[in-house]
Amino acid sequence: MKCQFCEKPATFHITELTEPAGPQVMHLCEEHAKGFLHKEASPPMTAIASALAKQLSQGSDDLEELDQKECPVCGISFFEFRNSGRLGCPYDYTHFEADLRPLLINVHDKTEHIGKKPTRSAGTADSLARMIGMRREMEEAIEREDYERASEIRDELKAMEDPIAPPANDSDETS
Amino acid sequence: MKREADFDELARYTGEWMRGEGPESDIVISTRIRLARNLADFPFIRRCSDEDRLSIERTVRARMESLTDQHWEAAQYVDLEPLSEIDRQLLVERQLISREIAESNGSRAVAFDAAEGYSVMVNEEDHLRIQVMKSGLDVKNTWEQVNRIDNMLEEVILYAFHPRYGYLTACPTNVGTGLRVSVMLHLPALVITEQMDRVFRSMQRINVTVRGLYGEGSQYTGDFYQVSNQVTLGHTEADLLALVGDEVAPKIIEYERKAREALLKNNRDDLHDEVSRAMGILSTARKISSEETMHHLSKIRLGISMGLIDQLDVKVINQLFLQSQSAHLQKLQGRILGTAERHARRASFLQHHLTGKEGLWN
Repeated sequence: MKCQFCEKPATFHITELTEPAGPQVMHLCEEHAKGFLHKEASPPMTAIASALAKQLSQGSDDLEELDQKECPVCGISFFEFRNSGRLGCPYDYTHFEADLRPLLINVHDKTEHIGKKPTRSAGTADSLARMIGMRREMEEAIEREDYERASEIRDELKAMEDPIAPPANDSDETS
Repeated sequence: MKREADFDELARYTGEWMRGEGPESDIVISTRIRLARNLADFPFIRRCSDEDRLSIERTVRARMESLTDQHWEAAQYVDLEPLSEIDRQLLVERQLISREIAESNGSRAVAFDAAEGYSVMVNEEDHLRIQVMKSGLDVKNTWEQVNRIDNMLEEVILYAFHPRYGYLTACPTNVGTGLRVSVMLHLPALVITEQMDRVFRSMQRINVTVRGLYGEGSQYTGDFYQVSNQVTLGHTEADLLALVGDEVAPKIIEYERKAREALLKNNRDDLHDEVSRAMGILSTARKISSEETMHHLSKIRLGISMGLIDQLDVKVINQLFLQSQSAHLQKLQGRILGTAERHARRASFLQHHLTGKEGLWN
């Protein structure tokens, strides 16, 4: 059996009794077990690790295949996310949607936001991805001293940032 | 918004949130709410290039400077990258910035107001971390202020928001509302009566985390515990605020009060002895570490709250908690001190403030 955090063999099998969802078994290599036992792993990492452990023990996606999946916008692999506990860009929530959902359920017990909404929004996940791509293109244009193209992109980005009709908003005010 | 901050001046005062007032302030130190937000057109920090980070910092600064809100005018904007380690540490001790942002690299900044009611970290784990702190248990007012700052920033910054998942954050444990409400409690009686384990266990069943004073992964020092919501997605802000502010914190306060009453009833002499000894050590020690200081100040604070010490104000103790920490001590001395020297200066600083004697201080 492999460690949940890396490719090394899992030599430590730790049962975490304090998880809200009940006892969780963690399979870790020596190095990661040390980190875990010395509480170096911050609480979010612990939550993510145990959620993923549960997901895998339930026989979901083949881990090796999933680990190689990469976001087309920021290039982060699922492996990198699993190791760091941090995503690479807003589009990851769309690209890894099916893979993240069990984790969201484990951590939050819910998958849908019902709280505050901003009064303006970039629209869809695709437009968020497009904006990140355009910004990168703008930086490349500046680098090759194509200032005309860079300023065109800047104007486009600015237009995209301008207020768009707010999404349906019924729970904005909370106190 | 001002572009400079006087750190020597900052070290001389405690923030508004440490004044030791507000509801339940005998047990509750402070209420803090933070919102995690990200810009729509940049990758999250982990996948940002140095140029991206610089560009985020510049964009946010320019947008913040364009704000004309009167409450925002007192804000100071501090670029953390060129700042000395000791000044960054000073901001950590005041909880205006996190340890993580202090110790990271690259473009990063903080905007905060002079009375330190709020701070906005730029390029922490998320592009923006907006936080407001208030003295005592005051979830409602803290939320109103943080929400107002969020609304104000939202007018000039386009956030990464997903119709289904809400405010998108670098870590999926913050997604949705991006909201973390934390109440800092002083629970010495529960610690003395060995009931903290029971409190921990009961909290874990209801999606609340309990941590030590300086946040994630820290050792518990000085009997201070932070209670905060664990989940951020699938609940309204109002629900999360109510969970911590109306449900959990009042329950722990009640436990602590009962433990204090029991201590007074059954172990008054022992408790009085312990409090007096703490006072004795801090009034006479010639060298002392910050951990030991925290430990004894905690006992003195308990003694004041329980009427066992009457010549001291809790405000003074809060001030000593803050100013006896390393960076504050060094700022007040106006120079860098080695460990041994720090321990000696700390002892004389405490002696001076607890006994009124000049001692070796200044």
